[in-house]
Amino acid sequence: MKKTWFIVKRELASYFNSPIAYVFLIIFLLLSGFFTFMMGGFFRSDEASLTRFFVWHPWLYMLLVPAIGMRLWAEERRMGTLELLCTLPLSASQAILGKFFAGWIFLGIALLLTLPMPITVCYLGEPDMGPILTGYIGSFLMSGAYLAISGMTSACTRNQVISFITSVVVCLLLVLVGFPPVTNLLLKWGASSNLVDFAAHLSVMFHFESMQRGVLDLRDVVYFVSLIGFALFSTNIVLKQHRS
Amino acid sequence: MIKANNLFKWYGSKLVVDDVSFQVAKGEVLGFLGPNGAGKSTTMRMLTGFLPMSSGSVEIGGHNLVDEPLKSKSLFGYLPENAPAYADMTVEGFLEFTASMRDLSGEAKRNAVEKAIVTCHLGSVRKQSIDTLSKGYRHRTCFAQAILHDPPILILDEPTDGLDPNQKHEMRELIKRMGQDKAIIVSTHILEEVEAICTRVIIIDQGRLVFNGTPAEMRAKSAEAGGVTIRVQGVQKPELTAVLERIPEAGRPIEVKEVDGALVATIPQQSEKSGLAAKIKAELDRRSWAFDELHTNSGRLDDVFRAITSLDVATNQENN
Repeated sequence: MKKTWFIVKRELASYFNSPIAYVFLIIFLLLSGFFTFMMGGFFRSDEASLTRFFVWHPWLYMLLVPAIGMRLWAEERRMGTLELLCTLPLSASQAILGKFFAGWIFLGIALLLTLPMPITVCYLGEPDMGPILTGYIGSFLMSGAYLAISGMTSACTRNQVISFITSVVVCLLLVLVGFPPVTNLLLKWGASSNLVDFAAHLSVMFHFESMQRGVLDLRDVVYFVSLIGFALFSTNIVLKQHRS
Repeated sequence: MIKANNLFKWYGSKLVVDDVSFQVAKGEVLGFLGPNGAGKSTTMRMLTGFLPMSSGSVEIGGHNLVDEPLKSKSLFGYLPENAPAYADMTVEGFLEFTASMRDLSGEAKRNAVEKAIVTCHLGSVRKQSIDTLSKGYRHRTCFAQAILHDPPILILDEPTDGLDPNQKHEMRELIKRMGQDKAIIVSTHILEEVEAICTRVIIIDQGRLVFNGTPAEMRAKSAEAGGVTIRVQGVQKPELTAVLERIPEAGRPIEVKEVDGALVATIPQQSEKSGLAAKIKAELDRRSWAFDELHTNSGRLDDVFRAITSLDVATNQENN
């Protein structure tokens, strides 16, 4: 546990030692503001809620989280430090968890920096705090799931570009199978509604949507946590396989 | 301290390490020699647990590497090939990180880091970030990481690579000094290094162990070893050749050359321990021929190295 924490500390320091952290934070805040106010029509909607803010997150994360996740292992492999890490007296799961949590904490920091958004809403009106809180929880869980997936693709390669593109595609799939235009299309093509339903349940959209509405269902939390667990477990296998 | 038992490594259908076994005891510096791509790094990576072996076993300080990875890994320090280090960290930060990973904390950690910085002469760059360091400093930073926790075992993959001659000399002195109470494996393809620091040598070629012995034993395998070289003045070449050829202990071919007005002859020995030098001296003395040089050749490591490793390994690239 202590060693996991040392890895977390080292990783977080390395984010903030490089321009990546600042570029990411600025772009994340700019884009989330842009989508909420310009594309989402926040003011026109005339309601004191953050629906217009959260609804963009699955798409925003799809592009930005792989940018954080792509370096997790590809960078270690390219620099040769993976050899150092693997020969230190620490278990693979400690290393994997440490690197994952560092990235997740960083994404959490990015999310916390959007707090002026709910503060603005509170100033302008009297929003229902429930959906805002569950929206934040859901958004944080979703970023963790995306991060774990990009970490997994990162473990497969030493090339960060390949890692980035693969994880964007995987995340895109996870979004699309639950995106109404796509599910409707599938139904029109004659897919059985059970199958489409099953696919939609696999999508982050489905689980994040209920959280945006203020429902904190244990099933949604379990979904995100198991997605993270699965991706981290696969990372372990990929890392082991890749060395032999 | 280190025990490698019948190590094999397959990459797909290619056999890279083929039944390699050896041991290293405390107080030994084992030189690990071989042409590029012979499987040196692969073997070292299996010893350190970075690469899983296809079959065989490794024992580190009595602990099986596969069954007790953490215990085994805490017993050695490892300098990988090309000395990787986290580029974004400072030298001090990097060493503190590895010290924490080695379960050092507080006072012990500070002392260990301080000592490593002093030993490896990193004082002037301690606050500098690693990506701004020259190759020599980066290499020493990674070396510092390996010796930081004063491990009983050191595994060093080309420790003098990229160092200037002064730094090389210093690194060798350091390894030699530490070799007195540690078990050390040093891979290298610099033969002078083997002479300078190693108490024992193993040579691996195309994945197979082809030699295991002391540097002196390795030298003795040379064709020149045991032969005698003399330098004689005031004698004609045919005359000298005739005398030398009549000595029963002298092997063939006897080589006689004229160098700067004197004759230099190299006489290989017929068989081992024949006392060839004494016989030649007696013959020369009997004729009162003046010689200003007479010595027994000890053989050259590079001859032996060339003789027992094959040349076609240029195409035999090491994987990964």
